[in-house]
Amino acid sequence: MQMQTRTWPTVLSIEVMEDRIDAASAIQFKERMRDLTQTGEPRVVLDLGNVRFLDSSGLGAIVAVKKLLGPDRLLELSSLTPAVEKVFRLTRMDSIFTIHPTHAAALAHDATT
Amino acid sequence: MTFRCAVGTDAFAVRTVLQSLASAPPLADLAPDRRITAELVLAEALNNVAEHAYGGRDGQLSVTVRLTAAGLSCRIVDSGLAMPATGLPPGHLPALAGTALGDLPEGGFGWHLIRTLTTELSYAREDGQNRLSFLIPV
Repeated sequence: MQMQTRTWPTVLSIEVMEDRIDAASAIQFKERMRDLTQTGEPRVVLDLGNVRFLDSSGLGAIVAVKKLLGPDRLLELSSLTPAVEKVFRLTRMDSIFTIHPTHAAALAHDATT
Repeated sequence: MTFRCAVGTDAFAVRTVLQSLASAPPLADLAPDRRITAELVLAEALNNVAEHAYGGRDGQLSVTVRLTAAGLSCRIVDSGLAMPATGLPPGHLPALAGTALGDLPEGGFGWHLIRTLTTELSYAREDGQNRLSFLIPV
């Protein structure tokens, strides 16, 4: 699964370069995220702007990554496409994640305030 | 339009049939929001067949989609294990408020999505086959 990462002192941003996170790729997504987040930045911003399809398995994998990061690190999301936003809203998982409209907004956001 | 596929130990067969469904009429003719809904509901239903009815083993399924005045009528037939005698899962959304991080649910969303987004949901076990049908209103 293709992911592109960029790092700042306190932020790791990860852009998913695939157009779906589904039952076929959920486990691979979770494993890639575990590897990529070993660097330890306190904030991880996951850019989902290329993802045009997410099913409940993909959603479960994103929740699993949030749990893997533990209580002291944040997993934030950005750039949800309509299909992805719909799954978060219908499952009320939009209440669990900080969701930014764009990746730039995520980076401008100061999580300490 | 009927699509048939063989499912197996991974979910790539389901992904392939979903991509075929989404790129051809009648799904391709739906408004974007309806097409998104249809693809999501069909994904949940087909993955359930692969994961539960066939338990990851090889099997066959067919999906028939037809556009009517009321919406997209869908029917999925497989020869896997029957649903429990109690019927289709209720699809209650797992509680989130006040849930500790480590207890957040990673599953249990599929039937909630199916039940929320469809009407006329019905299931029958006939001739050793599971027959699930539902309507996605348009």
